[in-house]
Amino acid sequence: MTFTAQAHRTLTPAAVEGLRADFPILRQTVYGQPLVYLDNAATTQKPQAVLDAIAALYTGYYSNIHRGVHHLSQLSTEAHEQARTKVQQFINARSDREIVFVRGCTEGINLVAQTFGRERVGPGDEIVISAMEHHSNIVPWQMLCQEKGAVLKVAPIDDRGEIMLEAFEQLLGERTKLVAVVHLSNALGTINPVARLIELAHARGIPVLVDGAQAVSHMAVDVQALDCDFYVFSGHKLYAPTGIGVLYGKAELLEAMSPWQGGGDMIRSVSFEKTIYSDLPYKFEAGTPDIAGAIALGVAVDYVQHIGLEAIAGYEQELLDYATEALTAIDGVKLIGTARDKASVLSFVLAGVHPHDIGTILDRKGIAVRAGHHCAQPVMQRFKVPATARASFAFYNTRAEVDALVAAIQQVQEMFG
Amino acid sequence: MFSDLRDLYQEVILDHYKRPRNFGLLKSANREAEGHNPLCGDQVTIYLQVEDGIVKDIRFQGAGCAISTASASLMTDALKGKSLQEVEALFERFHRLVTDSSAEAGPELGKLAILAGVREYPVRVKCATLAWHTLQAALRGSGTVTTE
Ligand SMILES: Cc1ncc(COP(=O)(O)O)c(C=O)c1O
Repeated sequence: MTFTAQAHRTLTPAAVEGLRADFPILRQTVYGQPLVYLDNAATTQKPQAVLDAIAALYTGYYSNIHRGVHHLSQLSTEAHEQARTKVQQFINARSDREIVFVRGCTEGINLVAQTFGRERVGPGDEIVISAMEHHSNIVPWQMLCQEKGAVLKVAPIDDRGEIMLEAFEQLLGERTKLVAVVHLSNALGTINPVARLIELAHARGIPVLVDGAQAVSHMAVDVQALDCDFYVFSGHKLYAPTGIGVLYGKAELLEAMSPWQGGGDMIRSVSFEKTIYSDLPYKFEAGTPDIAGAIALGVAVDYVQHIGLEAIAGYEQELLDYATEALTAIDGVKLIGTARDKASVLSFVLAGVHPHDIGTILDRKGIAVRAGHHCAQPVMQRFKVPATARASFAFYNTRAEVDALVAAIQQVQEMFG
Repeated sequence: MFSDLRDLYQEVILDHYKRPRNFGLLKSANREAEGHNPLCGDQVTIYLQVEDGIVKDIRFQGAGCAISTASASLMTDALKGKSLQEVEALFERFHRLVTDSSAEAGPELGKLAILAGVREYPVRVKCATLAWHTLQAALRGSGTVTTE
């Protein structure tokens, strides 16, 4: 018997076919054509295991958590807290106290802005982001800056869509109170050198929040190795349902932060004179949470870990390279986002055809792509395009689907002559 | 292969997309408004020269998809010389044409009828009506509109 090293295995086409069978939604036709789902950066589809876990909860042991002495409540509480531990191990946090369940990436960023941000940022202080951020990693900081009279500084990106390191470093100064930067750009596919950015910021004592909305489903993330101070992501882009997300924060930072929302579960004792808050992470989890969402997220984490993030990343890289080559071979296609380190996203424009028309025509051929600004209008402005068409991949996509995309783009060109 | 897509992307529409009529600034304009469709980045400015209740001249500028550009181009062609009352009536008819699948085109719509295909594509109706909503804003003097 021989053993192959897990870390280096990739997915074979046969293995991918097997995994596709785990996703019931993929077995359908759209306008008479097999569905080719290439909008994974917007949200991912759900494997049967996740769907089953939700049904099992509601048919078997559903109850409110943390407050019942009865049997069902204990089972639900246990499953909910197990999910937290799974997430902790998934991103290699030191402790499950550092895993705060939130509604999604957006809520996680707002939580940090409204607690940590409000406490640390004052008039004339600065927050540094990059020019490739999603609106959800821009607007909460703008709101904070407006409230505090602080200044938002934007690190520029080059024509490939890579962050300009020297310019970034120059923005870090005495007044910089936080850096907030995306790990993997949803509009460009750029993988930012976040470990390096964090190192540069930490050298000046500046904490760093990483927006991991796209990254967690495409690469192994180790928050201790990165040494980031906050890491946020959404479950729905990681094969789990909408309504659940994760804020990771270093325990010492979370402890020093005041709570965000008040309510049940986040308190130890309440009287009208004085309320004592709960310990981490419950201090930040006011009210009945998305119990099913958290449990389903735990199952989704099990699911991707069973495949292996290294295997997923390896397979998706090959697929992206294949698609990049095929698309650039089409006359008139221009890729927006050509960073040297990229994952899963192909944003492009086509000479003489608006992305919206590409989207409509591809849709009639069963191919789901996104056309628009991808909640990153400053990126569109940077590249001087009103919008792009975007194909974004998951491990369940295949070369045959890339071929279908290429053929459909050629038909768009024929139609527009 | 293209049969139903061709209902939307007809030759006339593609022609008006590639060679929009009445395109550019109108110096003599006494009404103008800007319209946006933030979802897809479409943006259009409508310029009108209205005298004695008649559209003496009309032009547009902007960047958008085939449907919104062709719609603006066809609209400007259709409205030149019309009275404001006729403009209002055409707006009503056009709106019904692209949203109500039982609406008949009727001869008064002329070339505009070609946009009827858009009603099979509900997410694209906003593209076809952007220029018209912007026109209304210009006539009412309300400056900018967005469709979302
Ligand atoms: C890079 C990035 N950040 C943040 C978000 C926001 O995620 P959500 O809408 O799930 O809160 C997204 C989702 O599109 C994203 O791609």
